[in-house]
Amino acid sequence: MSPPLIEARKMTKVLPGEVPVTLVADIDLAIAPREFIAITGPSGSGKSSLLYLLGLLDLPSRGDVLIDGRSTTAMSEEDRAEVRLSRLGFVFQFHFLLPEFSIAENVALPMRALGRLSPRAISQRAEELLTSLGLADHLRKTPDKLSGGQRQRVAVARALANDPPVILADEPTGSLDTAATAQVFGILRDLVLIRGKTVVAVTHDLNLAAQMQRRVHIIDGRLAQDELTHRALGASIPPGDSAGSAGQAPSR
Amino acid sequence: MKLVLSIAWTHVRHRARQTLVAIAGVMTGVAFSVMMAAMMEGSQDDFIRTLVDALPHISITDELRRPSRQPADRVFAAAEFHGLIPNVRRPGIKNPMATIASLQSWVPGALTASVQSKAVLRYAGRNLTVSIIGIDPHTEREVSTLASHMRQGNLNSLYRSSHAILLGDRLAAKIGARVNSNLTLASAQGVSMNATVAGTFHSGFRATDETTGYVLLRTAQILERQTGIINEIRIRTNDPMQARLISERIGEQTGYKAISWQEAQEDLLSAITLRNILMYTIVGAILLVASFGTYNIISTITHEKTRDIAILKSLGFRDRTIRAIFIVEALLIGLTGAALGWVFGYLLTRGLASLEFKTPFSDYNHLPVLYSLKHYLLAGAVALVSSLVAGYFPARAAARLHPVDIIRGAT
Repeated sequence: MSPPLIEARKMTKVLPGEVPVTLVADIDLAIAPREFIAITGPSGSGKSSLLYLLGLLDLPSRGDVLIDGRSTTAMSEEDRAEVRLSRLGFVFQFHFLLPEFSIAENVALPMRALGRLSPRAISQRAEELLTSLGLADHLRKTPDKLSGGQRQRVAVARALANDPPVILADEPTGSLDTAATAQVFGILRDLVLIRGKTVVAVTHDLNLAAQMQRRVHIIDGRLAQDELTHRALGASIPPGDSAGSAGQAPSR
Repeated sequence: MKLVLSIAWTHVRHRARQTLVAIAGVMTGVAFSVMMAAMMEGSQDDFIRTLVDALPHISITDELRRPSRQPADRVFAAAEFHGLIPNVRRPGIKNPMATIASLQSWVPGALTASVQSKAVLRYAGRNLTVSIIGIDPHTEREVSTLASHMRQGNLNSLYRSSHAILLGDRLAAKIGARVNSNLTLASAQGVSMNATVAGTFHSGFRATDETTGYVLLRTAQILERQTGIINEIRIRTNDPMQARLISERIGEQTGYKAISWQEAQEDLLSAITLRNILMYTIVGAILLVASFGTYNIISTITHEKTRDIAILKSLGFRDRTIRAIFIVEALLIGLTGAALGWVFGYLLTRGLASLEFKTPFSDYNHLPVLYSLKHYLLAGAVALVSSLVAGYFPARAAARLHPVDIIRGAT
């Protein structure tokens, strides 16, 4: 079995205050390469908090998060930022694209921040990623000129920009209609199937969760269930057009 | 850095109106600072130059720096005497020619002897008290600018008649005298003599032009009823700024009161210093107010951009990169404002210098201004530093944002 890409050990997050609030408690979780994991649970159960902790956006109050076997709690904020930039990709419910920049520039941002590619190569890769997600005609448009589904595809392209092994998605289809949901879900699934990425997605949509390989269920911040769905990826494609999705995404 | 610059530029570009207002604030601050500095320092320089030109750099008079000690004081060191009348001193500098020769041996500059006197000038039924200065025309031209201020006649015209006088043009006009007019001078020593107007001068100082007349040394000595008297030695030093040091040394050497132009105009120079302090305070205040505009725009941008900051941090942007973005935005505003302020300030200064006005105190009808690179660099540097400070605090706050707090609250 492959060593885990991300591993949570007795991870607990407590918000201090007069009445401390426990967001997640004693979570032990190992995420291996090429997994397609759904984090489910009722509203306020701590799904997103768990994702933010796994994605190093937040620090656990106790316990540890290991990325590629390295403890991250002792890391400096600079090192944690470096890990986020190069090893993790984020997709949020609300696309969070920078409104003044074109979508190609939005996708280029993480690559420019990492600084490993030349400006020409960055531009080329951004265009290839967007083209592979069916956005070739919109490269110079700003996000406000796109539909919700298109924006979310741009967010996926941006998450893939630095070719991270793990994509963390927080309700990626939460604000989309049925067709766009199917499209974005198809893209995420193809990332695992074709690109060999690990995708961890928070969702309250049990139908979608059922189509993922593994389901981690959270209740009151605790791991209530961690099960394999035994679903063969690609066996059931949700309605909508997922053609031209991550299947053509360029490799680096 | 290119990434930081491109994000910063995009932010300020998309807030054109606010950015322009902030830039206008900095520009106005810099422009008015440059203009004020040019005006204040220009008038100060002009004033000092005029002062230095018009006055002897050092004036040695026949007064003693310290009154001579009474014989009783010398004998009884611990005793104090009141009501003693000081010794009567013969007016004038003792052995003036020997003193001048001695000073000439080491003082860097030119010296001339003169006699200061007061007299009542009578002409056409009018009596006016005037200052009479006895001069040696040959050495006078090396020490003062009188020769260049002559309107009619010249310094040698004093040799044309036995008692010739050069009058200030305003004095001549006041009494209606012209060249070759004969007038009467009556001194406090009871000497009365006829004198012929040999020329007129115009120094530009109203007080001088209205109340002063120049005569030959011997004429003034006659008025003082003392042959050979010299009660003032005037010196023009090669470097006017050294006048104070030289005057101190002369005082020690001769025992007479030697007053440098700086000492003579101490009150005015103190006023200039005070004026400079006021000026730089006002200039600083203007630039400080301008920096509030920069602070405002950067604060507004960071406030509006909290979501973007959160997302950039979630993508892996470092705190220092986020901080740099907003500091660069402040610098963009500061730099643009400073550059435009330089141009605007230069044009304002030019405009100010071209304005014509009349003052009753002098003939200058244009405001003197000083174009100095120092003013531009200083105003620019203050504008940049204040923009930097104004941008730093919002930038630091932006970099400290916790992305999760923003992402959770985002809709």
